[in-house]
Amino acid sequence: MVVGSVAAIGAGLAAIGAGIGIGQIGKGAVEGIARQPEAANEIRSNMIVAAAFVEAVALFAVVVALLGNG
Amino acid sequence: MSFRSIKSLLVKTFSVFSLLLATHAFAGKNHAPAPEGAVEEVASATAAHGAKKEGDFNVTETILEHIKDDHSWHLWGHTSIHLPVILKTSKGFEVFSSEKFVNEHHEPIVFKGNFNYKLIEGKTKIVDASGNFDKEASKQLWDFSITKNVASLFVSVFILLVVLLSAAAAYKKTGVKSAPKGLQSFMEPIILFVRDEVAIPNIGAKKAGKYMPFLLTIFFLILVNNFLGLIPFFPGGANVSGNIAFTMTLAVCVFIVVNLSANKSYWEHIFWMPGMHWSMKLFLAPIELIGVFTKPISLMIRLFANITAGHILVLSLICLIFIFKTVFASAIAVPFAVFIGMIELLVAFLQAFIFTMLAAMYIGMATEEHHHEAHGEAAHH
Repeated sequence: MVVGSVAAIGAGLAAIGAGIGIGQIGKGAVEGIARQPEAANEIRSNMIVAAAFVEAVALFAVVVALLGNG
Repeated sequence: MSFRSIKSLLVKTFSVFSLLLATHAFAGKNHAPAPEGAVEEVASATAAHGAKKEGDFNVTETILEHIKDDHSWHLWGHTSIHLPVILKTSKGFEVFSSEKFVNEHHEPIVFKGNFNYKLIEGKTKIVDASGNFDKEASKQLWDFSITKNVASLFVSVFILLVVLLSAAAAYKKTGVKSAPKGLQSFMEPIILFVRDEVAIPNIGAKKAGKYMPFLLTIFFLILVNNFLGLIPFFPGGANVSGNIAFTMTLAVCVFIVVNLSANKSYWEHIFWMPGMHWSMKLFLAPIELIGVFTKPISLMIRLFANITAGHILVLSLICLIFIFKTVFASAIAVPFAVFIGMIELLVAFLQAFIFTMLAAMYIGMATEEHHHEAHGEAAHH
Protein backbone atom coordinates (compact mmCIF):
# COMPACT_ATOMS: atom_id res chain seq x y z
CA MET A 1 0.00 0.00 0.00
CA VAL A 2 1.09 3.54 -0.57
CA VAL A 3 1.62 5.26 2.75
CA GLY A 4 1.90 9.01 3.04
CA SER A 5 -0.11 12.11 3.66
CA VAL A 6 -1.61 15.06 1.87
CA ALA A 7 0.87 17.22 3.80
CA ALA A 8 3.75 15.50 2.04
CA ILE A 9 2.19 16.27 -1.35
CA GLY A 10 1.83 19.87 -0.23
CA ALA A 11 5.48 20.03 0.80
CA GLY A 12 6.43 18.60 -2.60
CA LEU A 13 4.39 21.26 -4.40
CA ALA A 14 6.04 23.96 -2.31
CA ALA A 15 9.44 22.55 -3.26
CA ILE A 16 8.50 22.87 -6.94
CA GLY A 17 7.57 26.52 -6.40
CA ALA A 18 10.77 27.26 -4.51
CA GLY A 19 12.82 25.44 -7.16
CA ILE A 20 11.37 27.60 -9.92
CA GLY A 21 11.87 30.72 -7.84
CA ILE A 22 15.48 30.04 -6.90
CA GLY A 23 16.20 28.97 -10.48
CA GLN A 24 14.94 32.31 -11.73
CA ILE A 25 17.08 34.15 -9.18
CA GLY A 26 20.16 32.17 -10.13
CA LYS A 27 19.52 32.78 -13.82
CA GLY A 28 19.11 36.49 -13.25
CA ALA A 29 22.24 36.70 -11.13
CA VAL A 30 24.43 34.75 -13.54
CA GLU A 31 23.22 36.85 -16.48
CA GLY A 32 23.86 39.99 -14.49
CA ILE A 33 27.37 38.89 -13.55
CA ALA A 34 28.12 37.89 -17.16
CA ARG A 35 27.16 41.37 -18.32
CA GLN A 36 28.84 43.22 -15.50
CA PRO A 37 31.57 41.12 -13.87
CA GLU A 38 32.69 44.12 -11.81
CA ALA A 39 29.34 44.13 -9.98
CA ALA A 40 29.59 40.43 -9.10
CA ASN A 41 29.91 40.94 -5.34
CA GLU A 42 26.90 43.19 -5.06
CA ILE A 43 24.80 40.93 -7.28
CA ARG A 44 25.81 37.89 -5.27
CA SER A 45 24.78 39.33 -1.93
CA ASN A 46 21.45 40.50 -3.36
CA MET A 47 20.95 37.07 -4.89
CA ILE A 48 21.48 35.37 -1.54
CA VAL A 49 18.99 37.67 0.17
CA ALA A 50 16.37 37.05 -2.52
CA ALA A 51 17.01 33.30 -2.44
CA ALA A 52 16.54 33.31 1.32
CA PHE A 53 13.13 34.95 0.86
CA VAL A 54 12.04 32.30 -1.61
CA GLU A 55 13.48 29.50 0.47
CA ALA A 56 11.65 30.75 3.54
CA VAL A 57 8.29 30.30 1.82
CA ALA A 58 9.17 26.69 0.98
CA LEU A 59 10.27 26.13 4.55
CA PHE A 60 6.98 27.52 5.85
CA ALA A 61 5.39 24.74 3.81
CA VAL A 62 7.74 22.20 5.38
CA VAL A 63 6.71 23.40 8.83
CA VAL A 64 3.04 23.17 7.91
CA ALA A 65 3.63 19.66 6.53
CA LEU A 66 5.37 18.65 9.77
CA LEU A 67 2.57 20.04 11.91
CA GLY A 68 0.02 18.37 9.65
CA ASN A 69 1.76 15.04 10.05
CA GLY A 70 2.11 15.27 13.80
CA MET B 1 10.89 11.89 -32.67
CA SER B 2 12.08 12.96 -29.23
CA PHE B 3 8.51 13.71 -28.23
CA ARG B 4 7.48 10.19 -29.17
CA SER B 5 10.32 8.59 -27.22
CA ILE B 6 9.44 10.66 -24.16
CA LYS B 7 5.84 9.55 -24.51
CA SER B 8 6.76 5.88 -24.68
CA LEU B 9 9.10 6.32 -21.72
CA LEU B 10 6.28 7.91 -19.72
CA VAL B 11 3.98 5.01 -20.59
CA LYS B 12 6.61 2.51 -19.50
CA THR B 13 7.27 4.30 -16.22
CA PHE B 14 3.58 4.54 -15.51
CA SER B 15 2.99 0.85 -16.18
CA VAL B 16 5.92 -0.15 -13.98
CA PHE B 17 4.57 2.04 -11.21
CA SER B 18 1.06 0.64 -11.48
CA LEU B 19 2.47 -2.89 -11.43
CA LEU B 20 4.44 -2.12 -8.29
CA LEU B 21 1.42 -0.59 -6.62
CA ALA B 22 -0.74 -3.55 -7.60
CA THR B 23 1.64 -6.08 -6.05
CA HIS B 24 1.82 -3.97 -2.92
CA ALA B 25 -1.94 -3.92 -2.75
CA PHE B 26 -2.07 -7.71 -3.09
CA ALA B 27 0.56 -8.07 -0.41
CA GLY B 28 -1.52 -5.86 1.85
CA LYS B 29 -4.60 -7.99 1.22
CA ASN B 30 -2.76 -11.18 2.08
CA HIS B 31 -1.96 -9.75 5.48
CA ALA B 32 -5.48 -8.50 6.02
CA PRO B 33 -7.20 -11.61 7.50
CA ALA B 34 -5.71 -11.03 10.97
CA PRO B 35 -8.53 -10.05 13.34
CA GLU B 36 -8.69 -6.38 14.21
CA GLY B 37 -8.38 -6.91 17.95
CA ALA B 38 -5.02 -8.60 17.51
CA VAL B 39 -3.74 -5.66 15.45
CA GLU B 40 -4.76 -3.25 18.18
CA GLU B 41 -3.06 -5.38 20.80
CA VAL B 42 0.16 -5.40 18.80
CA ALA B 43 -0.07 -1.65 18.33
CA SER B 44 -0.54 -0.98 22.05
CA ALA B 45 2.23 -3.42 22.90
CA THR B 46 4.70 -1.66 20.61
CA ALA B 47 3.56 1.69 21.98
CA ALA B 48 4.24 0.47 25.52
CA HIS B 49 7.70 -0.78 24.62
CA GLY B 50 8.36 2.40 22.68
CA ALA B 51 11.64 2.45 20.77
CA LYS B 52 13.03 -0.29 23.00
CA LYS B 53 12.13 -3.13 20.67
CA GLU B 54 14.93 -4.14 18.30
CA GLY B 55 14.19 -3.74 14.62
CA ASP B 56 11.20 -1.54 15.33
CA PHE B 57 12.39 1.87 14.27
CA ASN B 58 10.21 4.95 14.17
CA VAL B 59 11.95 7.60 12.04
CA THR B 60 9.68 10.52 12.90
CA GLU B 61 9.90 9.83 16.62
CA THR B 62 13.68 9.52 16.55
CA ILE B 63 14.18 12.71 14.59
CA LEU B 64 11.78 14.74 16.70
CA GLU B 65 13.43 13.42 19.85
CA HIS B 66 16.76 14.75 18.60
CA ILE B 67 15.57 18.23 17.68
CA LYS B 68 13.38 18.94 20.69
CA ASP B 69 14.36 20.35 24.06
CA ASP B 70 15.21 17.94 26.86
CA HIS B 71 15.90 17.77 30.60
CA SER B 72 19.14 15.85 30.18
CA TRP B 73 22.13 16.52 27.97
CA HIS B 74 23.51 13.39 26.34
CA LEU B 75 27.30 13.06 26.47
CA TRP B 76 28.25 9.59 25.20
CA GLY B 77 26.98 6.02 25.46
CA HIS B 78 24.80 5.83 28.57
CA THR B 79 26.31 8.93 30.17
CA SER B 80 24.37 12.16 30.21
CA ILE B 81 24.18 15.30 32.33
CA HIS B 82 20.96 15.50 34.32
CA LEU B 83 20.01 19.16 34.37
CA PRO B 84 18.14 20.70 37.30
CA VAL B 85 14.36 21.01 37.24
CA ILE B 86 13.07 24.23 38.78
CA LEU B 87 9.33 24.37 39.40
CA LYS B 88 7.13 27.05 40.92
CA THR B 89 3.79 25.99 42.30
CA SER B 90 1.37 27.41 44.85
CA LYS B 91 3.64 25.92 47.53
CA GLY B 92 6.68 27.86 46.33
CA PHE B 93 9.82 26.92 44.43
CA GLU B 94 11.21 23.43 44.20
CA VAL B 95 14.54 22.31 42.74
CA PHE B 96 15.55 18.72 42.03
CA SER B 97 17.59 16.76 39.50
CA SER B 98 15.84 15.57 36.36
CA GLU B 99 17.41 12.15 37.07
CA LYS B 100 14.43 11.53 39.38
CA PHE B 101 12.06 11.85 36.42
CA VAL B 102 13.20 8.67 34.66
CA ASN B 103 13.89 5.11 35.75
CA GLU B 104 16.85 3.03 34.58
CA HIS B 105 15.05 2.27 31.30
CA HIS B 106 14.63 6.00 30.50
CA GLU B 107 10.87 5.74 30.94
CA PRO B 108 9.15 8.62 32.70
CA ILE B 109 8.21 7.97 36.31
CA VAL B 110 6.35 9.97 38.94
CA PHE B 111 8.44 12.16 41.23
CA LYS B 112 6.90 13.06 44.60
CA GLY B 113 7.71 16.59 45.66
CA ASN B 114 5.18 19.13 46.87
CA PHE B 115 2.98 17.57 44.21
CA ASN B 116 3.33 14.45 42.10
CA TYR B 117 5.24 15.42 38.96
CA LYS B 118 5.64 13.43 35.78
CA LEU B 119 6.96 14.13 32.29
CA ILE B 120 4.12 13.90 29.79
CA GLU B 121 5.34 14.24 26.19
CA GLY B 122 8.50 15.91 27.45
CA LYS B 123 6.70 18.52 29.55
CA THR B 124 6.45 18.54 33.33
CA LYS B 125 2.89 18.08 34.55
CA ILE B 126 1.20 17.47 37.86
CA VAL B 127 -0.37 14.02 38.11
CA ASP B 128 -2.51 12.33 40.73
CA ALA B 129 -1.39 9.37 42.84
CA SER B 130 -2.04 6.81 40.11
CA GLY B 131 -0.06 8.77 37.52
CA ASN B 132 -2.93 10.32 35.55
CA PHE B 133 -2.64 13.85 34.20
CA ASP B 134 -4.26 16.39 36.52
CA LYS B 135 -5.25 19.30 34.29
CA GLU B 136 -6.60 21.63 37.02
CA ALA B 137 -3.52 21.30 39.22
CA SER B 138 -1.11 21.65 36.27
CA LYS B 139 -2.44 25.12 35.49
CA GLN B 140 -0.63 26.63 38.48
CA LEU B 141 2.67 24.95 37.58
CA TRP B 142 5.46 27.17 36.25
CA ASP B 143 8.46 25.41 34.79
CA PHE B 144 11.72 27.40 35.05
CA SER B 145 13.96 24.37 34.47
CA ILE B 146 17.48 24.66 33.10
CA THR B 147 16.81 22.51 30.06
CA LYS B 148 19.28 21.52 27.37
CA ASN B 149 18.52 24.64 25.34
CA VAL B 150 18.98 26.94 28.33
CA ALA B 151 22.27 25.26 29.22
CA SER B 152 23.40 25.57 25.60
CA LEU B 153 22.50 29.26 25.68
CA PHE B 154 24.74 29.64 28.73
CA VAL B 155 27.55 27.97 26.78
CA SER B 156 27.09 30.29 23.81
CA VAL B 157 26.89 33.36 26.05
CA PHE B 158 30.11 32.23 27.72
CA ILE B 159 31.83 31.81 24.32
CA LEU B 160 30.60 35.20 23.16
CA LEU B 161 31.74 36.92 26.34
CA VAL B 162 35.21 35.37 26.18
CA VAL B 163 35.72 36.12 22.49
CA LEU B 164 34.21 39.60 22.34
CA LEU B 165 35.49 40.87 25.68
CA SER B 166 39.05 39.79 24.87
CA ALA B 167 38.78 41.53 21.49
CA ALA B 168 37.39 44.62 23.20
CA ALA B 169 40.18 44.56 25.79
CA ALA B 170 42.75 44.47 22.98
CA TYR B 171 41.29 47.67 21.52
CA LYS B 172 41.42 49.30 24.93
CA LYS B 173 45.08 48.38 25.29
CA THR B 174 46.49 49.15 21.86
CA GLY B 175 43.91 51.57 20.48
CA VAL B 176 42.27 51.54 17.07
CA LYS B 177 45.28 52.88 15.18
CA SER B 178 47.57 49.86 15.60
CA ALA B 179 47.16 46.62 13.65
CA PRO B 180 44.79 44.05 15.23
CA LYS B 181 46.29 40.95 16.84
CA GLY B 182 45.02 37.43 17.53
CA LEU B 183 41.27 37.12 18.12
CA GLN B 184 40.94 40.81 17.45
CA SER B 185 41.98 40.37 13.82
CA PHE B 186 39.41 37.59 13.47
CA MET B 187 36.55 39.65 14.90
CA GLU B 188 37.32 42.96 13.22
CA PRO B 189 36.34 41.95 9.65
CA ILE B 190 33.08 40.41 10.87
CA ILE B 191 32.11 43.49 12.84
CA LEU B 192 33.09 45.73 9.93
CA PHE B 193 31.06 43.48 7.63
CA VAL B 194 27.96 43.98 9.80
CA ARG B 195 28.57 47.72 9.87
CA ASP B 196 29.41 48.28 6.20
CA GLU B 197 27.21 45.68 4.50
CA VAL B 198 24.24 45.50 6.85
CA ALA B 199 23.80 48.58 9.01
CA ILE B 200 24.95 51.51 6.87
CA PRO B 201 23.23 50.58 3.55
CA ASN B 202 19.92 49.95 5.32
CA ILE B 203 19.79 52.47 8.14
CA GLY B 204 22.05 55.20 6.79
CA ALA B 205 25.48 56.28 8.00
CA LYS B 206 24.09 58.91 10.36
CA LYS B 207 21.86 56.67 12.49
CA ALA B 208 23.61 53.31 11.99
CA GLY B 209 25.91 53.75 14.99
CA LYS B 210 22.99 53.92 17.37
CA TYR B 211 21.70 50.48 16.27
CA MET B 212 25.06 48.73 15.82
CA PRO B 213 25.14 47.21 19.36
CA PHE B 214 21.69 45.70 18.84
CA LEU B 215 22.49 44.35 15.36
CA LEU B 216 25.85 42.92 16.44
CA THR B 217 24.25 41.23 19.46
CA ILE B 218 21.59 39.60 17.28
CA PHE B 219 24.14 38.60 14.65
CA PHE B 220 26.64 36.97 16.98
CA LEU B 221 24.02 35.30 19.16
CA ILE B 222 22.36 33.65 16.16
CA LEU B 223 25.69 32.79 14.56
CA VAL B 224 27.15 31.12 17.65
CA ASN B 225 23.94 29.21 18.38
CA ASN B 226 23.68 28.05 14.76
CA PHE B 227 27.25 26.77 14.82
CA LEU B 228 26.80 25.10 18.22
CA GLY B 229 23.67 23.43 16.88
CA LEU B 230 25.72 21.88 14.06
CA ILE B 231 28.14 20.20 16.48
CA PRO B 232 26.61 16.78 17.10
CA PHE B 233 28.24 16.11 20.51
CA PHE B 234 28.45 17.71 23.92
CA PRO B 235 29.21 21.43 23.86
CA GLY B 236 26.79 21.68 20.95
CA GLY B 237 23.99 19.35 20.09
CA ALA B 238 21.15 21.44 21.46
CA ASN B 239 18.80 22.84 18.85
CA VAL B 240 18.65 26.39 20.24
CA SER B 241 18.15 28.48 17.12
CA GLY B 242 15.77 25.82 15.80
CA ASN B 243 13.55 26.42 18.80
CA ILE B 244 10.57 28.63 18.08
CA ALA B 245 10.60 30.20 21.55
CA PHE B 246 14.16 31.40 21.03
CA THR B 247 13.49 32.85 17.59
CA MET B 248 10.27 34.41 18.87
CA THR B 249 12.19 36.19 21.64
CA LEU B 250 14.60 37.62 19.05
CA ALA B 251 11.70 38.63 16.81
CA VAL B 252 9.93 40.36 19.71
CA CYS B 253 13.15 42.28 20.45
CA VAL B 254 13.28 43.41 16.81
CA PHE B 255 9.58 44.33 16.95
CA ILE B 256 10.10 46.49 20.05
CA VAL B 257 13.21 48.20 18.69
CA VAL B 258 11.60 48.90 15.30
CA ASN B 259 8.39 50.31 16.72
CA LEU B 260 10.02 52.34 19.47
CA SER B 261 12.44 53.97 17.03
CA ALA B 262 9.74 54.59 14.41
CA ASN B 263 9.19 58.22 13.48
CA LYS B 264 6.04 60.11 12.58
CA SER B 265 6.20 59.48 8.85
CA TYR B 266 6.44 55.71 9.44
CA TRP B 267 3.16 55.71 11.33
CA GLU B 268 1.67 58.06 8.76
CA HIS B 269 2.55 55.57 6.03
CA ILE B 270 0.82 52.85 8.00
CA PHE B 271 -2.40 54.52 9.09
CA TRP B 272 -2.91 57.25 6.46
CA MET B 273 -0.84 56.50 3.38
CA PRO B 274 0.07 59.85 1.82
CA GLY B 275 -0.59 60.56 -1.86
CA MET B 276 -3.63 58.29 -2.12
CA HIS B 277 -7.35 58.78 -2.52
CA TRP B 278 -9.13 58.64 0.87
CA SER B 279 -10.92 55.38 0.01
CA MET B 280 -7.59 53.80 -0.82
CA LYS B 281 -6.18 55.08 2.47
CA LEU B 282 -8.98 53.36 4.38
CA PHE B 283 -8.32 50.18 2.43
CA LEU B 284 -4.55 50.23 2.96
CA ALA B 285 -4.51 51.02 6.71
CA PRO B 286 -5.50 47.53 7.95
CA ILE B 287 -3.16 45.86 5.45
CA GLU B 288 -0.22 47.99 6.56
CA LEU B 289 -1.13 47.38 10.19
CA ILE B 290 -1.03 43.62 9.64
CA GLY B 291 2.34 44.15 7.94
CA VAL B 292 3.74 45.59 11.18
CA PHE B 293 3.15 42.22 12.85
CA THR B 294 3.91 39.88 9.95
CA LYS B 295 7.44 41.27 9.58
CA PRO B 296 8.72 39.96 12.94
CA ILE B 297 6.62 36.81 12.57
CA SER B 298 8.32 36.03 9.26
CA LEU B 299 11.71 36.65 10.92
CA MET B 300 10.75 34.18 13.63
CA ILE B 301 9.56 31.44 11.28
CA ARG B 302 12.40 31.87 8.77
CA LEU B 303 15.16 31.23 11.29
CA PHE B 304 13.24 28.45 13.03
CA ALA B 305 12.30 26.65 9.82
CA ASN B 306 15.73 26.94 8.19
CA ILE B 307 17.63 25.54 11.14
CA THR B 308 15.05 22.87 11.96
CA ALA B 309 14.80 21.75 8.33
CA GLY B 310 18.58 21.44 8.15
CA HIS B 311 18.73 19.32 11.28
CA ILE B 312 15.87 17.11 10.08
CA LEU B 313 17.63 16.63 6.75
CA VAL B 314 20.90 15.46 8.33
CA LEU B 315 19.07 13.24 10.82
CA SER B 316 16.92 11.60 8.18
CA LEU B 317 20.00 10.85 6.08
CA ILE B 318 21.59 9.16 9.09
CA CYS B 319 18.28 7.38 9.78
CA LEU B 320 18.53 5.77 6.33
CA ILE B 321 21.12 3.40 7.80
CA PHE B 322 18.60 2.23 10.39
CA ILE B 323 15.75 2.03 7.91
CA PHE B 324 17.67 -0.27 5.55
CA LYS B 325 19.14 -2.11 8.57
CA THR B 326 22.52 -2.51 6.89
CA VAL B 327 25.78 -0.75 7.57
CA PHE B 328 26.37 -0.48 3.79
CA ALA B 329 23.67 2.17 3.57
CA SER B 330 26.16 4.44 5.36
CA ALA B 331 28.27 4.45 2.18
CA ILE B 332 25.60 6.71 0.72
CA ALA B 333 24.16 8.26 3.86
CA VAL B 334 27.36 9.53 5.46
CA PRO B 335 28.84 11.38 2.44
CA PHE B 336 25.42 12.93 1.84
CA ALA B 337 25.15 13.95 5.49
CA VAL B 338 28.61 15.52 5.29
CA PHE B 339 27.59 17.34 2.12
CA ILE B 340 24.41 18.65 3.77
CA GLY B 341 26.50 19.56 6.80
CA MET B 342 28.70 21.74 4.57
CA ILE B 343 25.60 23.45 3.20
CA GLU B 344 24.35 23.89 6.77
CA LEU B 345 27.58 25.72 7.63
CA LEU B 346 26.73 28.19 4.87
CA VAL B 347 23.10 28.38 6.02
CA ALA B 348 24.18 28.96 9.63
CA PHE B 349 26.07 32.07 8.56
CA LEU B 350 23.46 33.08 6.00
CA GLN B 351 20.55 32.98 8.43
CA ALA B 352 22.41 35.08 10.97
CA PHE B 353 23.17 37.54 8.14
CA ILE B 354 19.59 37.54 6.80
CA PHE B 355 18.06 38.04 10.24
CA THR B 356 20.37 40.97 10.97
CA MET B 357 19.91 42.35 7.47
CA LEU B 358 16.11 42.29 7.70
CA ALA B 359 16.16 43.71 11.23
CA ALA B 360 18.34 46.55 9.91
CA MET B 361 16.02 46.98 6.93
CA TYR B 362 12.94 47.27 9.17
CA ILE B 363 14.73 49.74 11.42
CA GLY B 364 15.77 51.68 8.33
CA MET B 365 12.18 51.76 7.09
CA ALA B 366 10.96 52.97 10.47
CA THR B 367 13.52 55.75 10.85
CA GLU B 368 13.70 56.91 7.22
CA GLU B 369 13.04 60.59 6.57
CA HIS B 370 10.45 60.84 3.81
CA HIS B 371 10.33 63.67 1.30
CA HIS B 372 6.98 63.34 -0.39
CA GLU B 373 7.82 65.52 -3.36
CA ALA B 374 10.89 63.34 -4.02
CA HIS B 375 8.98 60.07 -4.26
CA GLY B 376 9.15 59.97 -8.04
CA GLU B 377 12.82 60.88 -7.94
CA ALA B 378 13.69 58.00 -5.60
CA ALA B 379 13.13 55.51 -8.40
CA HIS B 380 16.10 56.93 -10.31
CA HIS B 381 18.59 56.44 -7.47
